[in-house]
Formats: sequence, C-alpha cells, structure tokens
Amino acid sequence: MENSANMGRHDKLKFVGWWWHTLSPTGNAGDAIFRGLMSCAAFLVLLIVGGMIVALGVKSLPAIQQFGFNFLISREWNPVKTQFGALPFVYGTVVSSAIALLIAVPLSLGIAVFLVEQAPRFLARPITFLVELLAAIPSVVYGLWGIFVLAPFLRVHVEPPLGRWFGWLPLFQGSITGIGLFTGGIIMAIMVTPIITAVVRDVLAAVPNSQREAALALGATRWETTRVVLVNGVPGIAGAVMLGLGRALGETMAVTMVIGNRPQISASLFEPSYTIASVIANEFTEATQDIYLSALVELGLILFLVTFVVNGFARLLVWNVTRRSGTSS
Amino acid sequence: MHRIKTIDAALCLVCLSLAMVLGSCSPKGSGGGGSGGLVSLNGAGATFPNPLYQKWMSEYGKLNPNTKIDYQSIGSGGGIKQIQAQTVDFGASDAPMTDDELKSSPAQLVHVPTVLGAVVLTYNLQGISKPLRFSPDVIADIFLGKITKWNDPRIKADNADANLPAANITVVHRAESSGTSFVFTDYLTKVSPEWKLKVGANKAPQWPVGQGGKGNEGVTGQIKQQPDTIGYVELAYAAPNKLPVALVKNSSGNFVEPSISAVTAAAAGTAAVTPDDLRVSITNASGADAYPISSYTYLLAYKDQKDAAKGKALVDFMWWGIHDGEQFAKDLQYAPLPAEIVKRAEAKINSISAAGKSLR
Repeated sequence: MENSANMGRHDKLKFVGWWWHTLSPTGNAGDAIFRGLMSCAAFLVLLIVGGMIVALGVKSLPAIQQFGFNFLISREWNPVKTQFGALPFVYGTVVSSAIALLIAVPLSLGIAVFLVEQAPRFLARPITFLVELLAAIPSVVYGLWGIFVLAPFLRVHVEPPLGRWFGWLPLFQGSITGIGLFTGGIIMAIMVTPIITAVVRDVLAAVPNSQREAALALGATRWETTRVVLVNGVPGIAGAVMLGLGRALGETMAVTMVIGNRPQISASLFEPSYTIASVIANEFTEATQDIYLSALVELGLILFLVTFVVNGFARLLVWNVTRRSGTSS
Repeated sequence: MHRIKTIDAALCLVCLSLAMVLGSCSPKGSGGGGSGGLVSLNGAGATFPNPLYQKWMSEYGKLNPNTKIDYQSIGSGGGIKQIQAQTVDFGASDAPMTDDELKSSPAQLVHVPTVLGAVVLTYNLQGISKPLRFSPDVIADIFLGKITKWNDPRIKADNADANLPAANITVVHRAESSGTSFVFTDYLTKVSPEWKLKVGANKAPQWPVGQGGKGNEGVTGQIKQQPDTIGYVELAYAAPNKLPVALVKNSSGNFVEPSISAVTAAAAGTAAVTPDDLRVSITNASGADAYPISSYTYLLAYKDQKDAAKGKALVDFMWWGIHDGEQFAKDLQYAPLPAEIVKRAEAKINSISAAGKSLR
C-alpha cells in the first residue's frame, strides 16, 4: 500500500520534472514562464480556427442537410421561396479577386522594385509613407469613393473604350453602367496594392546587398540584377500576394457598394455581380428563418474553405518554384 | 490580414455571446427593477425608426430620470428574434410579425404602432423639371423588367408633358435585407398579380432586374451617379436630401405626392379595416389623399410582464410615446399616428399586465 503510494508520488515528481525540463532546458524559471505563455498564445490561434470551423459546420448543418451538394451548383438565391444556391457568390468572389490580383500584383511589384532598387532616397521616403497611408484607409471610405468617383469615371472613360476595342470578347460586352464586377475588381485592386507593395518592399529590402554586388560584378545589367533580387524574394513575394488575396476575398463594404449586388453569373464583367462576404453582411441582420440563416453560415464556411484551398495551392506553387530555382529563404 | 479579420470576428462572436448570456439573465434576475430605484429597459430592432426612438429616449429620460432605456437598432428581424428569445424587454419591427412568428414565440406578444413611414420613388433623368407620375402597374412592370425604355408609351401616358428620353431604364434596389424593401414589394404584390406570382413580398426578394445599392445612401449614390436610373428610398431619407420624388397613383385614382400628411391619411383610410391586434399592411390604402406605399412601425412587448416594475416603466414609456412623443415625429420626417389609431394603440398598451394586474 504504502509502497504503491510512494511510487505514484515518485511518478508524479518525475512527470513534473520532465515537464519542467521541456519548458526550460536551462532550468531558468523565467524561461519556463515565457515559453509557457508563448505556447499558450500559439495554441489559442489553433483553438480559434478550430472553434470557428466547428461553429460554422454546426450552424450550417441544416442547410447542408436540406440542399446537399446542390447548394454549391445552384444559381438560385430566393429567400422568399427558400431556394439557396452559392454558385453566383462563389463566382463573383473568385472573379473579382482574380481581377484585383491581375492588376495589383504587377503594379505592386513595380512600385516595390522602384522603391528599393531605383528611387533616390528623397523620393522613396514619401512614396513609402503614402503607400502605407493607403493601406490604413477604412474600406467604407473606399466604397463611398468608389460610388461617387471611381464608378462614374470608369463608366465614362474606361468601359466605353474597352467595349469598343475588346467588345469581341464576351467579357466586355453588355450595357455600361459603371456598377458591376469590373468596378468591384478595380476597387479591390486599389485596396490590396498598398498591402502587397508594403510587404514586397520589405522582402526586397531584406535581400542581402552581396547578391546585387555579385550580379553587378559579373557584368549583369540593372534589369538582370533586379531579376536576381526578385528570384531571391519569391517566397516572400508569394506571401505578400497571399495577404492581398486574403483581403480581397474577405472584402465586404467597399465591394458591396460598387459591385451591384446581383446574384448572377454573366460572362460580361460590366454586369452586376455579388460576393460571398457582401451577401453575408447584407442579409445576415434580417435573416429570421433558421434555414435562411443556416444558408448564410454555409456561405461563410465556403468562403473559409475557398481561402484555405487558395492558400494551400499558393504554398504548393511557391514550394515548387523555390525547389526548382534552388534558392531557399 | 485575413487571419486577423477572422480572429476579430471570433472575438466579436465571443463578446456577442457573452452579451447574450448576460442579457438573457437580466429579465429573469433582479435586473434593475424592484425597490423604487432605477429601472432600466432594453430594446432592440428596426433601424428605420431609430432616430425617433433615440429622441424619445432622451426626452423621456429628462422627464423620468429613474427610467433608463437602451435601444439597439439591429434590424427588424433581429428585434423579433431578440424579443422571442426574451433577451430584451421590448422589440421593434417595421413589418408586423407573421402568424408563424407569433406561434413560435414563448408567450403572447402585443404590437404597439408608434409612427408611420413611406417609401418613395426617386430617379435621375435629364431634362425633367416636373415630378414624374407613375401608375401602380407601370411601377411593377419597370421593376419586373417588362418596361425597359423611359419613353415607353405607358410611362408617357401618365406624363404627357414630360420630355422622356429613349434611354434604357436602370433599376436600383436595396442590396441588403430591409424593411424598406419589404414595404415596397408588399405594395407591388398587392397591385400586380404577376409580381405576386414571380417575386412576392420580402425584405430581400429575388429582384428580376437591376443592381443593388447598400442602404439608403448606397441606392441614392448609385442613382445620382448614373443617368436614366430609378429606385426607391425612405421618405425620411429623401426629404432632407432633396431627391426628386415621383407621384404615385393611389387606389382612388389620384396621383399623390409622398408627404407626411398623405402617409397619415393612408393610416386613417385603413383604420376601419385594421384588425384588433393592429397587425396590418397599409400599402395601397384607400382614401383620396392616401399615399399608397406607406407602413407602420411597431414596438413589440409581452402581454404578461414578468417584472412589474419593468412592465410599468415600459407601459408608461409607450404611453408617453404615442401621445407626447408624436410631436417629435414630423421634424424627423415620420408621420404621426392618426387619432383613431392612437385610441386603439392605447387599448393595446392597457392590455399589458403583470401577474394579472393591469399596469396602468
């Protein structure tokens, strides 16, 4: 009896000792506390992400059970008749984000390369400041600016020439109103450009100068040197693009004010469209029926999964590129 | 960025659920009521009457410093949900609760109308000086996408002297679910069998044509920035912003300009057919001067109050609102209740009791 009790206490002591050792190999109490706090913080992120997935899953269960896979492929969104389909929203979200990245990525790379590689100091400082300022503007302000300035500008000066020159593409056909998928994509591009630029700038600035000097010493031109720098920064640049994409996918207010909020799939970029984040924000407050609410939550789950898949795909791409080019960072 | 947003959202959810838990405790617990001290009332619901309710609460607070009232404008649907969950002392909704909603409530609820609002048609058309006039069937067919040109003979028939262009009509509607959309589609459902069949009345219907603007300001912005557009906004929003508004033909055949008196007239015109529980839609109302796209907005309260002190405070506040409070309505562009509806609302307030005892 007494022996086994002793054994138990001994085991406990051994366990505490092991725990103590993993927390702080040096035996320093401060180290152990610090390490404990940090791992708690890290664990909290896992907990929150896990909790969100579980909550979204549970809340969207009624919609999943009622509509099944049809939810993903149906184009109908009619709360009056409780018909819910996610496809137009997924389409609007993906296409508007694609437009945004198509414009923002080359633009941001250009700005960042200029700031790091070419701009004189007196120019680089204010431009950097302005870019960071743009990133801090609340999205509702972008939205109001979108309605009152950008949409009329695009309607008068950009969409008519696009229609004239590229009207043979279905993308640029249809009536020109200034409100639609195209404008939504452009405003997203303007919003994500400062984020991508800021991160890419930091990435390029972190590339060691020895790389540039080596390239120049080998007789490389300015452009060839820049290419060396860019190749070195590929993983960081991809991360920056992911951050931008994250903002674009989840953007709500600015987009909802200019995209036209119409759940339809149209080949024309000039037609109104709708994004997942917008429809959730617009309809959540007044969704009184349980199945309606559940359908909206399921849209949230889909947005979550889309973000997940896109992120995973991008990481794969980066991994592939870095492996082939033989750089590591 | 996205991850930060999701964390923010999660934190918000945690806060919200905390607030809900705390809120659900208060009506059952001592919650401020009781021994002659401060009584605090919580309400939530419709955004449309929020400016008026805020004014009421501040004015009423000056007269009754012992009653503290909070109102959160979270939307009519939210107001109905919260009162059903008994997390608030009173709810507020633009549309009256449906029979199903009443059935799924834990106890009997009373609708007390407070003021009236209206939905107006506004447009952006070059070279039009006089307000346009619309017949109900024309409005329905424009929003159904069947009338697509401004110079359509049916629009011309009501506007003989207007110089209507041959341009395409761009329809703008509310993007988010809103009581304004409900009132407007409720009206179209009554005047157009085809609208009733294809779309129906809803806060967020499936619009046959057009683009969505976010909120009154979004719709207005899209109309102002695009030529040849038409859309609808609240009267309380259109009047101070000096938007061009259309005259609408009512069921007596008169073209009526949306005004506060025309809205009150719509309520007066339907008083005789208003059911006892005051749940009524007054769109397409009869009466020569009635503006046809009008509606009530309601406060919702349980007929049997659990806490007598709170119940008394709530009843007193509502009584004050439909009498003294009505004087603040016009300045904020709401239409006050007509006298006969005030009488019937009084009866509703009087029916509220605590433990079988009347509170007034």
